[in-house]
Amino acid sequence: MHYTFDIEKGNFTNAGNASGSVKKTLKQLNVDPASIKRIVVALYEAEINAVAHAYGGKIDIDIDGDKIVMVVADQGPGIPNIELAMTEGYSTASQKVREMGFGAGMGLPNMKKNTDKLDIQTELGVGTTITMTVFLKN
Amino acid sequence: MKAKEIAELLNGRIVGCQDNNEELTNAFSSDLMSDVLRLGGECSLLITGLCNIQTVRTAEMAMINTIILARGKKADEEMVEHAVDNDITIIETEYSIFKTSGLLYTHGIKPMY
Repeated sequence: MHYTFDIEKGNFTNAGNASGSVKKTLKQLNVDPASIKRIVVALYEAEINAVAHAYGGKIDIDIDGDKIVMVVADQGPGIPNIELAMTEGYSTASQKVREMGFGAGMGLPNMKKNTDKLDIQTELGVGTTITMTVFLKN
Repeated sequence: MKAKEIAELLNGRIVGCQDNNEELTNAFSSDLMSDVLRLGGECSLLITGLCNIQTVRTAEMAMINTIILARGKKADEEMVEHAVDNDITIIETEYSIFKTSGLLYTHGIKPMY
């Protein structure tokens, strides 16, 4: 199964649409609740990050029998220092993002914690592509 | 405790999902949704003063089925609609987060950690 969602800069109303939709699909597929939570939390963190930092982008979700692959690709400033960005508490989020309850520097570490594979490709001034894989329990 | 019992205890009002009959056993208090998303294990109740659509979204992703909006915050139409769609109950109370947490703790609601 393949799903695609658009990311719109600064649109916090829609941030979470992809995660919510994936959650409903995984429930219908009888995926265990603990795995669903890991998947949707990781994807939601990625959605929030993209809406907060990027100029736009796309989310591609692929679900097959034993895994889900989530690719969040944005056009944006890129991440200057991935190691620093992976440090809990480090954040470059705006005041608006903080007012929404985010921007505490937990997003990328939480994506890593909740996925089996996390790959980050980034280019300054071009954008960032985050690929997250979670293996599903039978 | 059930959502209706908690609403009575907090002198509050239920909006969103009205037929939540689940036994609510533990709670987490935070205005920072990033911390809510880091919670491991199952959590029944989110007590918060942060009142926007992402409060409901965060509960949805963290599989928390009841939100208590403390210190007089009121859910807007978009929040209520999203809560109903996702079977999430919202309890609005005038009490502070401290008072709400204390009352629930003395009535047997456990902390997450």
